[in-house]
Amino acid sequence: MFESAYVWSIILLLGLGTWLVRFSFLGLIGDRELPSYVKRMLNYTAVAVLPGISAPMVINSGSGSVEPLRLIAAAAILIIGVWTQSMMKSIGAGLLIYFGINAFI
Amino acid sequence: MPFSLVLGPFGLLFGVIATEAGLDLAQVMGFSVLVIAGAAQITAISLMNEHAPVLVVLATSLAVNLRMGIYSAALVPHFGGLPLWKRAVAAYWLFDQPFALTSVDVTKNPQRSRDERFGFYLGVGVPLSILWYIVTYLGATLGDLIPGDIGIDFAIPATFLALIAPLLRSLPHLAAALTSVVGTLAFSSLPFNSGLLVAAFLALFVGAELEKRLPKKSPQAAKDV
Repeated sequence: MFESAYVWSIILLLGLGTWLVRFSFLGLIGDRELPSYVKRMLNYTAVAVLPGISAPMVINSGSGSVEPLRLIAAAAILIIGVWTQSMMKSIGAGLLIYFGINAFI
Repeated sequence: MPFSLVLGPFGLLFGVIATEAGLDLAQVMGFSVLVIAGAAQITAISLMNEHAPVLVVLATSLAVNLRMGIYSAALVPHFGGLPLWKRAVAAYWLFDQPFALTSVDVTKNPQRSRDERFGFYLGVGVPLSILWYIVTYLGATLGDLIPGDIGIDFAIPATFLALIAPLLRSLPHLAAALTSVVGTLAFSSLPFNSGLLVAAFLALFVGAELEKRLPKKSPQAAKDV
């Protein structure tokens, strides 16, 4: 459980910040071009942040111990995702492997 | 529109994950209505689970959303002439699907007037946002039924890995992803969970530098998540 003020300040500020990012060029900056290097960097925001968030949760399962099933399911998601280029297939397979096998152990 | 359908399970997962983390229904819905950006919402929850300070939660989640700055710039030629309040309204719905579908429509129907295009954009965005609220609500309800001890937090990395996997055929994206992982683990002792943010900025540089140095080819890079 979290303190209500902690949660709501994150919701409100993240909402405002996200809207500002979306509004930025449309509303305030207008027609000015982004430097091409910045544009190039922005193409990598997803692969720069999301794998870093994922890694500790795959390697430690909350309790701090390694859970081999997480590693196997994560590998399956990556391999199937690269191979089929389908988010639905890869996450479907990964969740099925993890929660399916977990249900039997 | 299979691309838009991704939004359904994604919102469901957010609802489940946020509820399992301990948020009440109003807070879960508050995220989906006010933030309306799935990856950033899940990022925020995962950092809140580690009790990261508000500023770190904000900075990391907003970093996930920076790509929307590109969307905003890309729509200036089409919506730049609209009154300010319409542009402010448009900004709310500027998530992946309305942007992508509007961009496709620009090439398919170049003759549309500005107002028609604005109508098309809202015509895509509004129903999808309503779908987003509904699936979040269903996920939150489902989250109450799921027992807390089955490791549901694994749904967070599962979702993120599934989002980025299709991008990994491009070498700069792969290198950036590896930098992010190695960096986060290496900097895990930095205070306030700021290691992830440091690793993310390193990864941005690695991706951009490699893209600059490699011979041009990856068309995949343009279709980021």
